[in-house]
Amino acid sequence: MTLSDVPPASTAWLDDRRRAAAQRLGEPSLPTTDEEVWRYSRIDELQLTDWSAPSAPARTDLPPAVAELLSTIGERAATVVLCDGFVVHAEISPHWADRGVFAGRILDAPAGAEAALGAVAGEGVDVFGPLNDARTADPVLVHVPAGVVLDRPVVVVDWIEREGVAVHPRLVVHLGRDAEATVLEWQGSAAVAALSLPLVELELEAAARLHHGSVQMRSDAVWQIATQLSRVATDATLDSTQVALGADYGRTRTDCRLVGRGATGDLRAVYFGAGTQTLDFRTFQQHAAPDTTSNLMFKGVVDDHSRSVYTGLIKVEKDARGTNAFQTNRNIKLSDHAWAESVPNLEIETNDVRCSHASTVGPIDEDQRFYLESRGVRPEVADRLIVAGFFDEVLESFPVPEVVATVDAVIQQRLDRGAGPR
Amino acid sequence: MAELRIEGLRAEVAGREILHGIDLVVGSGEVHAVMGPNGSGKSTLSHMLMGKPGYVVTGGSATLDGIDLLTLPTWQRAHAGLFLAMQYPVEVPGVALDDLLVEALSATGRDASIVHAALGTEAERIGLATRLLDRPVNVDLSGGEKKRNETMQLAVLRPRFAVLDELDSGLDIDALRACARRIEAATTEFDLGVLAITHYTRLLEELKPDVVHILVKGRIVATGGPEIADTLEDTGYAAWLTDDEPAPVAADPLADPFADPFA
Repeated sequence: MTLSDVPPASTAWLDDRRRAAAQRLGEPSLPTTDEEVWRYSRIDELQLTDWSAPSAPARTDLPPAVAELLSTIGERAATVVLCDGFVVHAEISPHWADRGVFAGRILDAPAGAEAALGAVAGEGVDVFGPLNDARTADPVLVHVPAGVVLDRPVVVVDWIEREGVAVHPRLVVHLGRDAEATVLEWQGSAAVAALSLPLVELELEAAARLHHGSVQMRSDAVWQIATQLSRVATDATLDSTQVALGADYGRTRTDCRLVGRGATGDLRAVYFGAGTQTLDFRTFQQHAAPDTTSNLMFKGVVDDHSRSVYTGLIKVEKDARGTNAFQTNRNIKLSDHAWAESVPNLEIETNDVRCSHASTVGPIDEDQRFYLESRGVRPEVADRLIVAGFFDEVLESFPVPEVVATVDAVIQQRLDRGAGPR
Repeated sequence: MAELRIEGLRAEVAGREILHGIDLVVGSGEVHAVMGPNGSGKSTLSHMLMGKPGYVVTGGSATLDGIDLLTLPTWQRAHAGLFLAMQYPVEVPGVALDDLLVEALSATGRDASIVHAALGTEAERIGLATRLLDRPVNVDLSGGEKKRNETMQLAVLRPRFAVLDELDSGLDIDALRACARRIEAATTEFDLGVLAITHYTRLLEELKPDVVHILVKGRIVATGGPEIADTLEDTGYAAWLTDDEPAPVAADPLADPFADPFA
C-alpha cells in the first residue's frame, strides 16, 4: 500500500504528546563538547535553526535506490518506507498480519499502541530525546505478539529526498514474550544536505529474540545524530549490528539495558570513514540484573582526513552478579591524516563479574601485508583483502545477509578509490 | 635451467650488520640446505630475499634468472618466481585462503580457476584436513598445520624457487615427512629450486640436499655435499666455530639461562 494522502500524520494523543514534549523542552539547548559523552564530537558546529522540518515528503513513490534495495532483500514479512520523515509506504504480508504482527505508522496501529511510544526511551538520555518526541512527524511501530516467530525480515527504510530538511524519524520495535524477529533499518538519502535526528526504541519482553541491523548510507552532506535505546527482559536476546558508511557527521548513541535475569545484548558495528567524515559512537552496556551478558564489537576504518570516535561504558549494577560483559573496539587507520579515538570504560559495583575491554588504533598490520604480498599479491590488493577481512568478523553475522553485498560494494569502492599513493 | 644467484650479500638490521657477504647459487631442481646455529643470520637471509621491511641491503646482489630481486617490491619478487615458506606464518583474520590464492595467481595472469581443485588435491597429498581450507589464512591452525599450509600454498602456486625458513621447526615427524616429501616431489614435478634454511638435520632426511652450506655469524664457512650434514650430526656446529668466538647458541635471548652448559 502506498499512502497517497501522507501527512500531516496526527491524531489527538500524538499532538498532545508532541505539545507536552515541546513544553518540557522549551528552547532546546544543545550539549557542548565539555560534556564527556560529547567530547571529540562536532556538536559545536550544529545550529538547529539552519534546518527546517518539512510539511510533506518530496516524493511518495519509492526512490529507485530503495526499490533496488527491496528487490535485493526479496521476500519480507513487512516493509515500511519513510521519505523525509513521513511514512509513504507500508505493507505487511497477510500471513503475519493475521497473526497480530503490525508494522507501519503508529497512528494506524490498533488502539493502545501508543503506550509503546516512549516506553523504553522515557524522557531520553539527552536533548535529542525530547526533541524527537516534540518533532517526530510520523512514528513507526513494529510489533510482534508473544510467541510469534517471523521467518522473513521486517524492513524499515528511512529516506531523505529534500534539500535542507530536519527529520526526526521514530521507530519503536516491540517483541512480545518469546517472539522472534529480524528488523533491518536502512537509512539513505539523495545527494542532499539534511539534518537527521532519529530515535529507535527496542523492547524485548521475556525470552524474545531480536536480530536488528541498521545501515547508514546517507549522503556525505547529511548530519545525523541517532539514538538507539533498548531494554532486554529476562532470558531475552538482542543482537544489533550497525553499519555506518555515510554522513558528514554521523553519530549513534547506543544504550542497551539488560533488565531481566539471563538477558543478553550483543552489539556490533562496522564503520568506514573517508573524505572529511566524522563517525561517532557512544555505547552504554548496562547490566541491571544477575547473569546477564553483553558482547560489544565495534570495528572501524578511517581513511583520508576522516575521524572516528568510540567511547563506551560497561556499567554493572549492584544486583548484577554473574555478569559477563565484553567490549572491543578496533580501528585501522589507512591514512596518516585520519584520526581515531577510542575510550573504553568500566564501572562495576559488584564482585562476581567477568568483564573485559580492549581497544586498538593503528595502521594495517605490516606482517599481514608482507605475508599476502609474499604470495604475489600487490600491496593495494593485500590491503583490500585485509580490510574486508577485518570487517568480515562483524558482517558475516549481519542479520539480513542479502544486503551485505551492497555494503561490501561500498567498502570496496572506497578502498579502490583510495588505492595508490596518498 | 634457471638459477637463484646470491653474490656478496651483506645486510643489516637495526643498524647492525648480520650478513657479511653470502655467496651461493641454486639451480632449478636443486636442493640447497643452509644450516647454522641460532643467531647465524639464517632468518635474515630468508627475509632479505623476500624483501621484508626492516632489512637493509648494504652490499652484494641476489638475482633470479638475471632479475635483480633486491630492487623489487616483495610482490614482484613473488612474480619473478620466488616463494618464502615462513617460519612463523602470519594469521590474517577474515581473509580466505582461496581468495588469497586466486589473487596471487591472477596477479601474474595465470589461470585462477584451478585453485579449488588444486587445494583439494594438495591438501590430501600434504595431509591437511580439508575442513581447515575454509579457515581464514592460518587462523586457529596449530604450528604443524601452518607449516603444512605453507607447503600446500607452495604446491598450488608452483614458484621457481622456494626459500624454506625453518620449515621443520615445531613440526611433528609426520608433518615434517609430509611437507618434505611434497617439496622433494616438486623439484622434479615442476623443477623447483629449494633453499632450505634449517637448524637441524632431520629435515634433510626426507628432503635430500644436493649441496649443504654452513652459515656461522653471517658467513658461509663451509659448502659441500650431504656428508657435511652428517658431520654436523656427529659434532654439532663446534667444528666451524673459531676458538675466539663463543658459541652463538648462548646469545639466543630465548635460551634458558639456567640450562646445564655441558648438557
